[in-house]
Amino acid sequence: MADQILDAKGLNCPLPILRAKKALKELPTGGTLEIQATDPGAVKDFEAFCRTTGNELVESRVDGKTYIFVIRHTG
Amino acid sequence: MSSEANAKSMSLIVTKGTLDWAYPPFILATTAAAMGLEVTMFFTFYGLTLLKKKLDLKISTLGNPAMQMPMMGMHMALPNLVSAVPGVDGIATAMMKNLIKKKGVASIEELREMALEADVKMIACQMTMDLFEYTMDDMIEGPALGGAASYIEVATRSDINLYI
Repeated sequence: MADQILDAKGLNCPLPILRAKKALKELPTGGTLEIQATDPGAVKDFEAFCRTTGNELVESRVDGKTYIFVIRHTG
Repeated sequence: MSSEANAKSMSLIVTKGTLDWAYPPFILATTAAAMGLEVTMFFTFYGLTLLKKKLDLKISTLGNPAMQMPMMGMHMALPNLVSAVPGVDGIATAMMKNLIKKKGVASIEELREMALEADVKMIACQMTMDLFEYTMDDMIEGPALGGAASYIEVATRSDINLYI
């Protein structure tokens, strides 16, 4: 279970990334954030976001029409 | 998030002020800032109007020959010629704004606010301000006044330089 959950369902690029960044900033280092999104582009985007910022993408899966990402704040 | 010292950087020249063309620079600027880049936007010519306090952005079918709007399950082309019909640009703008809302796309006002919150630096082109008779009172708080030399200085030390 992630420390915090961000509902980004129905939001389009770049809002899921921008909201996730904001939420991560408020998490302590090592904390985890779960993002729920419906934008299929978010799959590649969260991978790129994590590679560039040094945060750890712990999980990336699909649940029905929802994409779920878990990011650990390490960047 | 990444350490300030080795942060990458990006500069953008923003030259267009229609609703559709306002998106690419603000999307890229906010996203780059979220990914730890230092971002500078230089607003010149019609792009300068994107810094006005109150935005009333419109799209034009003129000069957008590939524009197609989803309508009743199909895509309708809007050739340059139809922009001569009174009211067509207004209709196209209303359709676009409706789509933006429906598809969960951020408004330009929202993206601009997020850019400022993320410390994106904004430079308003002094020459354009003078040319189109704007003062800083017409503009939002945040942008600095500058010219080509200010932009070039930023560009020489940026990893990414875009002209939109």
